[in-house]
Amino acid sequence: MEFLWDAIKVRRSQGKQFVPDVRGANPVGFRGLPVINESPCAQGCTRCVDDCPTTAIQLKPFELDLGKCVFCDECSKSCPEGKIQFTAGFRMASRTREGLQMREGQQLSAVEASEQIKKIFGRSLKLRSVSAGGCNGCELEINAMSNVNFDMGRFGIDVVASPRHADGLILSGPISANMAEALELCYEGMPDPKFVIAVGACAISGGVYETSPAVDRSFLGKFEPDLYVAGCPPHPLSIVNGILDLMGLADGRW
Amino acid sequence: MNHPNVLIEPIAEMETLSFADFRAKLEGNISSGNRLLSLFGSPTAKSSGSVDSLHAVFVDTKRCLMHFRGRNTDGKNYRALTAKFPTLHCFEREVHEQYGMPMPGHPWLKPIRFEGKNLKRMNDYPFYKLEGKEVHEVGVGPIHAGVIEPGHFRFMCYGETVYHLEIHLGYQHRGAEQLLLQASPRKISPLIESIAGDTAVAYTLGFCRAWEALCGIATSTDEDAVRCIASELERIAMHLVGLGGLATDVAFLPGSSTYGRIRTSIINLSMRLCGSRFGRSWFRPGELRFPFLQSHKDDVRKTLSQVRTDIAIINKLFRGSSTVQHRLKTTGTVPTALAAEIGLVGMSGRASGLKCDLRSELQGGTYERFPIELVTEPDGDCWSRGMIRIREIDASIEWILQLIERIPNVDAGTRTEYSPRCNFGVVSFEEGWRGEVMHYIETDANGSIVQYKVQDPSIRNWFGLAQSVKNNAIYDFPICNKSFDLSYCGNDL
Repeated sequence: MEFLWDAIKVRRSQGKQFVPDVRGANPVGFRGLPVINESPCAQGCTRCVDDCPTTAIQLKPFELDLGKCVFCDECSKSCPEGKIQFTAGFRMASRTREGLQMREGQQLSAVEASEQIKKIFGRSLKLRSVSAGGCNGCELEINAMSNVNFDMGRFGIDVVASPRHADGLILSGPISANMAEALELCYEGMPDPKFVIAVGACAISGGVYETSPAVDRSFLGKFEPDLYVAGCPPHPLSIVNGILDLMGLADGRW
Repeated sequence: MNHPNVLIEPIAEMETLSFADFRAKLEGNISSGNRLLSLFGSPTAKSSGSVDSLHAVFVDTKRCLMHFRGRNTDGKNYRALTAKFPTLHCFEREVHEQYGMPMPGHPWLKPIRFEGKNLKRMNDYPFYKLEGKEVHEVGVGPIHAGVIEPGHFRFMCYGETVYHLEIHLGYQHRGAEQLLLQASPRKISPLIESIAGDTAVAYTLGFCRAWEALCGIATSTDEDAVRCIASELERIAMHLVGLGGLATDVAFLPGSSTYGRIRTSIINLSMRLCGSRFGRSWFRPGELRFPFLQSHKDDVRKTLSQVRTDIAIINKLFRGSSTVQHRLKTTGTVPTALAAEIGLVGMSGRASGLKCDLRSELQGGTYERFPIELVTEPDGDCWSRGMIRIREIDASIEWILQLIERIPNVDAGTRTEYSPRCNFGVVSFEEGWRGEVMHYIETDANGSIVQYKVQDPSIRNWFGLAQSVKNNAIYDFPICNKSFDLSYCGNDL
């Protein structure tokens, strides 16, 4: 009887935990989507480029590649002109690799729905997660998408235990050479039709491991992802919103 | 005065012994009960594949770090000590793999992570086999059923009973140590944060302390206290992940969902304090990048007070559930003597009754100023590794709540220039949520880095997992694995 009472107490303290509107949520404090203003750079200044731990920033014209950005904030701290400011925006996904390249004064384009994916998987999408050199940051956030807060199961999206049950492969990590074969075997083991989602700077571009001889990214040359989600690691809201957009579920309310 | 977690010496003044004396000193220290923290090799030159010397680090009886090294000074080679002290097995294997140094007398020179010339040769490895008509072999991974890093587990079973588990790692190897040598100093922190992203704070803190000692950068005790708050929040969050995982693995759904959402409120607190749910970029050497003012203290107090109430309710249900008790108690036991022999560290060591916690073992620093309770559990089973998390979460919450009342507001720091001392070696240890994380950095005559060695506690504890499942049923493996919650990428680097 006491156990039952304790169980009720847990249920009461739990209350309703889910984020009701994953489209309009406000992750207070999150260092996410940068804004690049159009003020000109100081003559000859390369401080942001010098301090960037990846090669995310190009000058003339100024370009920030969110597929490489690890959101470390070094550039905004080092820039004397305040050119880059990070905001709490979490809509940072793209159907194409180029779509993650931000130019000054430009907004990141919204993810276009894929008619095909919407038609086939719009009501049920099962994903297989493969970490190939991921540091457990992306993996924890992929896990968090299924927790009681983000609860993507409500949209018919789940992470499944076997490639045989999966429609899409969520890739995290820079693809370590020692994992390259297993990753490809996993993808081959998934039934058609299927597609790849690259999550996080490492999966998208190699991130801080881009130049390592111990990574082998040939998989991505063979199987181009249908969705890229930026972040290091991406916020669960970034991933969920990217997938909802891809599936053409415009509302995303519950 | 350097931080107690750091030991810095000019390379020329390091105690350097012949291999025979080094070995004798190593034996003497282990036998006398000093706790070994690390044994690792140094190359003859930057990125060279041949070994120059071996380094040993201990905590001594004066509660200080102690370091000495051995080198071939008299033409005589090193001989492995693993057969006498199994705690050394992973270190000697690593030196053998990284430098091809002969290890005569070592019983098991399996590569730690299949790096360098072993890259992509993971399938060539011959596993241990048990013979017998009814013995069967089970291979699991590298890709697992959950959202988890890759690793391969090879079981030899008779019926459902596991007789032997061999753990096969290296799938996560990204060449982190090599990249650290190429990175300019300001780019080291983001790389350090991506070695084991679930321990980003403890890793960065260890690097900062080492780098601050090398560059002679002073940090205030209050700044250090804020960094320790960041580290304790990481501990609380990751222990909640572990408890949620254990609850999921025994199908105890209230625990699974409640521990999960409590973790969300902890990591969202970190996000409000520093912009990242994982505490990334919170600080850099000599620079606290975000202020810790009254409003932040109020936020911490409010959030942790609520968590303290909520977690007590779910802990009571979790501990009282007969399902949970039945599945976790006496499962996956590593008794105290075995834990000491194989050198379990951190949370898993403490769950087996070992008093291994650098927060209290080392003298001085923030944890001397504000002591934190040393928690141990006697039994070394999955239950103990669950309970230790519950108790450490409580201890960390109490510690933070008291600390924020006793430190002043701390402003964000400003960017510091780096000028590392030349020809120095510095070793730093930080007690992360899994256990001690090591950084060793050596500079040359120009002050540039010639060696960067990283050690995650997992490299030592994986063998503990292999021991824990012996004579257990194979279906309990997921619980055992989750109860240790070790890092694959921390091992593989």
